[in-house]
Amino acid sequence: MLTLECPYCGVKAEETELQAGGEAHLKRYGPGSSDDEFESYLFMRKNPKGVHFERWRHAYGCGKWFLAARCTATLEVFGTYSAQTKEPPADLQAKIKAKRPNWEGYK
Amino acid sequence: MSKAVSALGGVSHKGFAEVAEAGLRGMITVRGDLSSAAMKKAVKAATGTAVPAARRIEIDGDKAAAWMSPDELLVMVPYEGAQDAVAALEKALAGEHHLVADVSDARSVFTVKGSKAPEALMKLCPVDFGTLAEGEIRRTRAAQVAAAFWKSGADEFTLVSFRSVAGYVMGLLEVSSRKGGEIFPA
Repeated sequence: MLTLECPYCGVKAEETELQAGGEAHLKRYGPGSSDDEFESYLFMRKNPKGVHFERWRHAYGCGKWFLAARCTATLEVFGTYSAQTKEPPADLQAKIKAKRPNWEGYK
Repeated sequence: MSKAVSALGGVSHKGFAEVAEAGLRGMITVRGDLSSAAMKKAVKAATGTAVPAARRIEIDGDKAAAWMSPDELLVMVPYEGAQDAVAALEKALAGEHHLVADVSDARSVFTVKGSKAPEALMKLCPVDFGTLAEGEIRRTRAAQVAAAFWKSGADEFTLVSFRSVAGYVMGLLEVSSRKGGEIFPA
């Protein structure tokens, strides 16, 4: 069972109160982009065994989208943070790096 | 005007906890900047309470203001007073970016009473009752539908759901509170 803390209301919500939204920090390509870029934005997703950044929505609570970093292999949650960020907070990245020295970074 | 009635006509059941439909309640959704001075004035005018902090509910007699999300409040007043409260809120929030909507007829209210009331809700909601603070409103799900509840008395919880699922919620509460179904039997 996955338990994530919503960064907006502070509720420790379990999985069934949340709605999964797929990979976080996607760069959006729209009109004017190349076909390859657009295809990669639409279809190409990471599928790592290990650290993964995801979008979640507190669907049965405050209704806000937030981002979470967790390990897909162990279900360990490293942290959750606001969706209004371009990249994972530096302190969270440092925390993950400390726990997973072989982690290559979020890019 | 036609006579307003609640979804289930105040039906109640008595098991190890007493569950009842509480009847009509005036409910108003307010969205906007919760930290603004105008919002403070508006909530004061409508309910006489302060703007609730995150996840809190401020209760004053038969009126209350509950925190729904970082930009949303639920203002509760007696059913007959909903129109007046909407007018008061609109007046206080004029010129601000805001939304005020009377949702009284879209909601149902239930009460769960008794010393074992939490046990009836524990079976339905994925909530840690050990960490549920006094004066906290918890938005969650009751089995398959959205609901919110708070502790409204010493041995009483009030639960709010959408009116369209009132029959389902009453069914859940009735089954959940049947005698013999206690989680911690004495």
